[in-house]
Amino acid sequence: MRFLLILALLLPVFSFAGEAKDIADDPVMEMRMIRLAEKVRCLVCQSEPVSTSHSDWSNDVRAIMRDKMKAGATDQQIMDLLVERFGKSVLFDPPVDKETMPLWMAPFILLLLGGLGLFYQLKKRRGVVVDTTLSVQDEQRAASLLNEPSAALNDAPEPVGQAGKKDTQA
Amino acid sequence: MMRFILPFVIFLVLSVFLYKGLGRDTREVPSPLVGKPAPAFMLPQLHDATRQFAPKEMLGKVWLLNVWASWCGACKDEHPILMELSHQNIVPIVGLDYKDKRLDGEATLNNAGDPYNLVIADLDGKVGFDYGVYGVPETYVIDKKGIIKFKLIGPVTPQNLRETILPMVAELEKQ
Repeated sequence: MRFLLILALLLPVFSFAGEAKDIADDPVMEMRMIRLAEKVRCLVCQSEPVSTSHSDWSNDVRAIMRDKMKAGATDQQIMDLLVERFGKSVLFDPPVDKETMPLWMAPFILLLLGGLGLFYQLKKRRGVVVDTTLSVQDEQRAASLLNEPSAALNDAPEPVGQAGKKDTQA
Repeated sequence: MMRFILPFVIFLVLSVFLYKGLGRDTREVPSPLVGKPAPAFMLPQLHDATRQFAPKEMLGKVWLLNVWASWCGACKDEHPILMELSHQNIVPIVGLDYKDKRLDGEATLNNAGDPYNLVIADLDGKVGFDYGVYGVPETYVIDKKGIIKFKLIGPVTPQNLRETILPMVAELEKQ
């Protein structure tokens, strides 16, 4: 019974395997091809690697990869061939070079700009906020407000607003 | 004042970039083949398999290589435009029947009309792959020296013909 159950669980796996029609005779090579195809973007289906895509174009690319591998090409040679034909956008992980530099650098440049902006803002603010000493009257007011929380709460909006104004004026 | 203008300017710049990004077809990737010699090949013609064609036969001429197929819907859209272009006799158009059945390709041209100076049959798509074809139709402008000058992904329209392809052909003819 248990064996049957396990068999039933495996059924979908078999049906999936049946879908992949054309595979290389050599399973090792097929594995190598799939691993390489994972790094290649399917150009007709956006954000999907050639390794999993069912599109016609991806089928062709996989077939060509197999052919080239059978002919003894290295992974690098195959990738170079694809880049030569379709451009660097076929690579999920494009190389850092002159052309892609702006793309790679953009986040850091933006971070730097943001940081600089923040730095100058904070620096400017430091000049604006000046330490002031409270007058005797203000100190007494503050003390009375702090010591009588219930009274302070009752008419909180007004005195606090006034105190704030006075502070900035001082 | 600056504290309002600066964020507003940044917002505007960002909006323009994002808006342009929205309008772009992300499937259109710039072809790395532009500026490079058209890959060499030797293929039989569609109507007569005993006759071969190689791109070097077109050296000295500016020509269009139009990749199409009988199974391709957008090719039917551009077909009348290519027909008209061929009547005007401005530039030779070589058709490349991509991943098609010979009979289907022939039948399509017999029924709808044949805008091509000649058609080659790339039945297994190997040459298409060399040209970086990933969606049909695609059209290449190739100069007198056999250099690919432009690649159009998608159908030829009256607009891109008038604004891009024909001016480029005229320019290349002068060279």
